[in-house]
Amino acid sequence: MDAFITQQIDAYYLRIIIIIGINIILALGLNLTTGVTGQLSMGHAGFMSLGAYTAAILSLHTTLPFVVVLIAGAMAAALFGIIIGIPSLRLEGDYLAIVTIGFAEIVRVFFLNFELGGKAVGLAGIPQQTTFSIVFLIMMVVIFLNITLLNSHTGKALYSIRENEIAAQACGVNTTQLKILCFAMGAFLGGLGGGLYASYMYYISPGEFGFMKSIEILNMVVLGGMGSIPGTILGVIILTIAPEFLRVVADYRLLFYGAMLVILMIFRPNGLMGDIRWYDIKKRLPKKEVKKCQS
Amino acid sequence: MPILKLSDISMEFGGLRALDSVDLSIEEHQIYGIIGPNGAGKTTIFNIITGIYKPVKGNLFFKDINLKNYPPYKIARMGIGRTFQNIRLFQKLSVIDNLRVSAHGISKVNIIANMLGFPNSRREEKQIMLKSGQLLEMLGLYEKGMELADSLSYGEQRRLEIARALALEPALLLLDEPAAGMNASEKIELIDTIKSIRDNMNLTILLVEHDMSLVMNICESIAVLDYGRKIADGDPASIRNDEKVISSYLGMGA
Repeated sequence: MDAFITQQIDAYYLRIIIIIGINIILALGLNLTTGVTGQLSMGHAGFMSLGAYTAAILSLHTTLPFVVVLIAGAMAAALFGIIIGIPSLRLEGDYLAIVTIGFAEIVRVFFLNFELGGKAVGLAGIPQQTTFSIVFLIMMVVIFLNITLLNSHTGKALYSIRENEIAAQACGVNTTQLKILCFAMGAFLGGLGGGLYASYMYYISPGEFGFMKSIEILNMVVLGGMGSIPGTILGVIILTIAPEFLRVVADYRLLFYGAMLVILMIFRPNGLMGDIRWYDIKKRLPKKEVKKCQS
Repeated sequence: MPILKLSDISMEFGGLRALDSVDLSIEEHQIYGIIGPNGAGKTTIFNIITGIYKPVKGNLFFKDINLKNYPPYKIARMGIGRTFQNIRLFQKLSVIDNLRVSAHGISKVNIIANMLGFPNSRREEKQIMLKSGQLLEMLGLYEKGMELADSLSYGEQRRLEIARALALEPALLLLDEPAAGMNASEKIELIDTIKSIRDNMNLTILLVEHDMSLVMNICESIAVLDYGRKIADGDPASIRNDEKVISSYLGMGA
């Protein structure tokens, strides 16, 4: 399957497609925390690097199968998600944003000094086991589970935390538990994406998982529409492809990024697809004419 | 045996004593009203019953369970539903999804089953949809089921809050100024709704209200608060003639 695809698709495009797939996994993770439950997390790159380093070190030093390595990376990230989620999610307000920024920095500095992770030089020669079909498969599973979860009553309870936490509690929603659970799931997906990324890139270094990476993923979620799965996917596609087109203006790329977000916030404050529902689209479509029986 | 019993409840905010040794006893199947001037502590009582505030003194029992030791979500799951004075709906969720949040509160299916769409979760989901539909029909919101909550009119939003509280299958329903901002005909409709809810769903209703005609009309028992103290309680007729109540709240000729 992969051999066929590498034959058919140009390597450059294939690379972009695979990166889009990995970014979708990452962004859907952040979407759960920030988009759905409304807890601003600005350290997604921290979870990504935990997953990336765990997976990279395991695949360099052991002969474990790739799936196990990926899950180990994701579990490591989820574990840290729970550890920092429990104290900070019990509080109301934006504590989580500050805690997660700090956490991501700590993780980055840790890997800068981590012997096994190659310190500032990073890790090279990671076996490339991430292929198109693996990314595609995992992405589809992640999207599917996201859709079923968010359409269930538990999903609605998650949205209710964002909408009004006091009312959610009055409706019997255990908000603290769900927030921590959601944060852990987001971290899990962050670690999963990180593992895939490490194994795709051959090489990782602490610098790649800095604050800008967190903001980049956050941008994807915000651009697409907080809490919307199709929105997040659209946001990922746009923001992964946009830099390729903006290569011409290389150094000014971030300027364009910024301008794009400002324009977006003016015209679509809820993101591109944040307030679009299938039900509303269906209502606007012309209704099929009902054939009346002639009496 | 009373379904809800508050004994000697006191609440303080900083130095301000919002409630001072309040006793209340609400019998099953009653419609019980709490009235009083602004700032008398009516909403504070609701917030204490639902666990948002913990009282500084006193105990409160719901069917023999001391609510003091439970967080708000557990109190809600025990069967105490409430509405809010300033409407707190889940604005960006559809009307039916607002009810599904409450259904989640009392759901027995865990998150994994929900995520993977196990048969038991699907079955439950179908039941929830059916039940939510019935509730919406009862409150005249069925047609609006798929609209977003923030697109509803004010009166509809108030009714949706009641529907959402009922989706918890409560034994006790707390209504915080249900008639606020309603016109005369809407109020008459509301009176019918509250009575039919109580009779059809076998509930006890505790309500806080400023509108005397509504309170005198539907409440079987009334407590009057003033500056955090209960100054009177009893049936509507005796409250109407109580001198303390007249001087502090009702005024002459009420």
